[in-house]
Amino acid sequence: MKLTLKIWRQKNADDKGGIQTYPIDNVSEHMSFLEMMDVLNEQIIAEGKENPIAFDHDCREGICGSCSMHINGEPHGPDRGVTTCQLHMRKFNDGETIYIEPFRAKGFPVIKDLVVDRKAFDRIQHAGGFISVPTSGNTQDANAIPVPKIDADNAFDAATCIGCGACVAACKNASAMLFVSAKVSQFSLLPQGKVEANKRVLHMVEQMDKEGFGNCTNTGACSIECPKEISLENIARMNRDYLKASVSSEA
Amino acid sequence: MSVLDAKIPDGPIKDKWTNYKNHINLVAPANKRLIDVIVVGTGLAGGSASASLAEMGYNVKAFCFQDSPRRAHSIAAQGGINAAKNYQNDGDSVFRLFYDTVKGGDYRSREANVYRLAEVSANIIDQCVAQGVPFARDYGGLLDNRSFGGVLVSRTFYAKGQTGQQLLLGAYSAMNRQIGKGKIKMYNRHEMLELVKVDGKARGIIARNMITGELEKHSAHAVVIASGGYGNVFFLSTNAMGSNVTAAWQIHKKGAYFANPCYTQIHPTCIPRSGDYQSKLTLMSESLRNDGRIWVPKNIEDVMAIRKGTKKPTDLSADERDYYLERRYPAFGNLVPRDVASRAAKERCDAGHGVNHTGEAVYLDFASAFVRYGKEEALINGEESPSEDLILKLGRAVIKNKYGNLFQMYEKITDENPYNTPMMIYPAVHYTMGGVWVDYNLMTTIPGCYAAGEANFSDHGANRLGASALMQGLADGYFVLPYTIGDYLSHDIRTGEIPTDTPEFDEAEKAVRGRLKKFINNKGSKSVDYFHRKLGKVMWDKAGMSRNAEGLTAAIAEIQEIREDFHKNVFVPGGMDELNPELEKVMRVSDFIELGELFAHDALQRVESCGGHFREESAELDGPQKGEAKRDDINFAHVSAWEWTGDPSKPVLHKEQLTFNDIKLVQRSYK
Repeated sequence: MKLTLKIWRQKNADDKGGIQTYPIDNVSEHMSFLEMMDVLNEQIIAEGKENPIAFDHDCREGICGSCSMHINGEPHGPDRGVTTCQLHMRKFNDGETIYIEPFRAKGFPVIKDLVVDRKAFDRIQHAGGFISVPTSGNTQDANAIPVPKIDADNAFDAATCIGCGACVAACKNASAMLFVSAKVSQFSLLPQGKVEANKRVLHMVEQMDKEGFGNCTNTGACSIECPKEISLENIARMNRDYLKASVSSEA
Repeated sequence: MSVLDAKIPDGPIKDKWTNYKNHINLVAPANKRLIDVIVVGTGLAGGSASASLAEMGYNVKAFCFQDSPRRAHSIAAQGGINAAKNYQNDGDSVFRLFYDTVKGGDYRSREANVYRLAEVSANIIDQCVAQGVPFARDYGGLLDNRSFGGVLVSRTFYAKGQTGQQLLLGAYSAMNRQIGKGKIKMYNRHEMLELVKVDGKARGIIARNMITGELEKHSAHAVVIASGGYGNVFFLSTNAMGSNVTAAWQIHKKGAYFANPCYTQIHPTCIPRSGDYQSKLTLMSESLRNDGRIWVPKNIEDVMAIRKGTKKPTDLSADERDYYLERRYPAFGNLVPRDVASRAAKERCDAGHGVNHTGEAVYLDFASAFVRYGKEEALINGEESPSEDLILKLGRAVIKNKYGNLFQMYEKITDENPYNTPMMIYPAVHYTMGGVWVDYNLMTTIPGCYAAGEANFSDHGANRLGASALMQGLADGYFVLPYTIGDYLSHDIRTGEIPTDTPEFDEAEKAVRGRLKKFINNKGSKSVDYFHRKLGKVMWDKAGMSRNAEGLTAAIAEIQEIREDFHKNVFVPGGMDELNPELEKVMRVSDFIELGELFAHDALQRVESCGGHFREESAELDGPQKGEAKRDDINFAHVSAWEWTGDPSKPVLHKEQLTFNDIKLVQRSYK
């Protein structure tokens, strides 16, 4: 395949940045998108005129959540239920022009080229994304509290979030509601997490607002673009929990 | 006499850990606040250690090269975690888990460490459930289990095919609680490039801020290395792109012995490689072997027809297929341990039965599982005489529920639907049992420097059983290190903060700066990946699934040539004071090249076959075990711990003799 790549280049956080054009041929349709980027970088290094393109990536099997490209206007590109590293070139046509940009949001400042800073997500988790149980080795037996399968399954589905930030990048308001609600839901569905549920949802939402993420207007783009297909139901559950916690005397 | 003292406590094996814990020194809560601990790596071992140590009151500084601790490669572990809970009432016990692990490791691990691992395994599950890890449950609300290779019980706890993710997020959440309280200071996008020793003790590290390029000095009273394994020495492996040996290798160069580097796990169920551009390999969980049957066509004509595309695998009848694992190992069948399954696949492919264009692929087929589960479901639904279509539909739904994400992943990568046609798989480098030598306390040969998880060598011998890596990582971090490190730190309560404006820190920083500068200023012409690929090919061809003296000797010479060429001709674009992925890579590959040579020396020295290390010179020549690996317990029942001498070609070997009091050494048979 022969392609024309229009890629966002930005030296550092202070640089204005802009799109540059790179032609590439010899792309196999069996390559993953990031392998295509590797080939391009090898080409750039061989020419020796400029620095290769920086992008985040690590596991390359769709689970670490590092990769974060906005491809032709969609986070993680045109395929559904995959991250950029699992997107394959067979989803594109020979001769196509592909636009590659970083995830864009106020909460995700660009560090360099396609690499963005997602520490805001970590800070939201510090605010309450946990159950307060120390490592003692003396917690009660794992089977002491049966958990209805449906709750366990729903908690698991929410917990599969990889924290990549595609939901924020997809949202016109750069809202982080899908990400935050996935964590809130996982814990509020499990008996172990219910104890601190009120405090948790209030603190995490407060931190989310502080980080500059926008509000949710229920367009659902986040869930469609989510590589793990996290359901919008989680946002509804978080809104319910938040309302309940706001009027509760204990929180 | 060896200089290595494993410090194994006295007494019967079942009491060692308990007695030991009862007699170690403790640090008072008020003193813990005065003590700093550095943890490098935030996977299951590093994450759980950081969280536990911070909960206890120590000041923890945690480092990871990823942009968040949640992205460490433990996240990618799929299948599950073992624990001797015996919830299935199938006769499991701490002793059985201990026995299976030692046997699975081909009698090359340390009994006392493995017993402790089995002992704390049940606590791990309790701990994780309390943290909100959503393990799979049955309709009664209780935890579900499945079976893994090399064992005859169901003791593996799982969360679909994302168990590693869920356990890591559990450890990450425990870390978050402590980060929020200020007890852990988290350094994301930082890479440790040097260990700092003061008066012979580990007292700090030099880390590079990967965004600004700044070299930072960090001091502590103890340093824990939990930086994972070194599978990427093969270039292609199931490890993450960033997984590297640098932290472990740097402490090795400062005096920590490196044990059994040649013990590598080649995992049997990975997606076969497709082209030269390939950047990594993808694992398909071993749990698939619970329900998938592995086969190749019996007749070469069928193999050729399939490669040409004139025949499909589904066209072959049962008697035209060779279910070679079931044929060779009737007792364990498709669930033989990983090393055995990998070698058997290689044997069939070397004999010409590989089913794809590269000749390196075998089938993993779920057709009979669809039927088995489909019939069961039909009965549950009250269908007395279900149609074939209905059985298939119901069966596929069951499989989807169990392995849905794996099937989806396979389809996305290969563009083939595994519900309709068998998967194609081939072995790939996955895990390294070797690593930094540690004693019973997980301390390396450098006082105050510890190694945990995959970075150490201690629990898996020459072959790791499935679902044991997660168990070991969390055992080390949650339940072992927090005790053993306290014993050491109890002597440091009066030390006070370690200053970083000392000659030791200055020298270490200068050394790192020199190494970075050398690569940046190198006037080479070849990319870092060029050398990494070259190294990987030598490793795979000559030190991979099957090894011999001739190949290994050649490998050593070739790696030496690669090293020379690398230092002369590698080109690193960009500067030091910016985000520079090529500079990060060059530092890692430089260490991989040195490790690769030690790996080959170790493999050459071990003239026996054990676990993942198969020496062609040491195989059974006849009898019922013909062709199987042959151990040599008289000459090789030891740990090979290598000392760095300053010359990568002249490592010095030290031996730790392994003694087996509770398990009898026998040939490992899965027939």
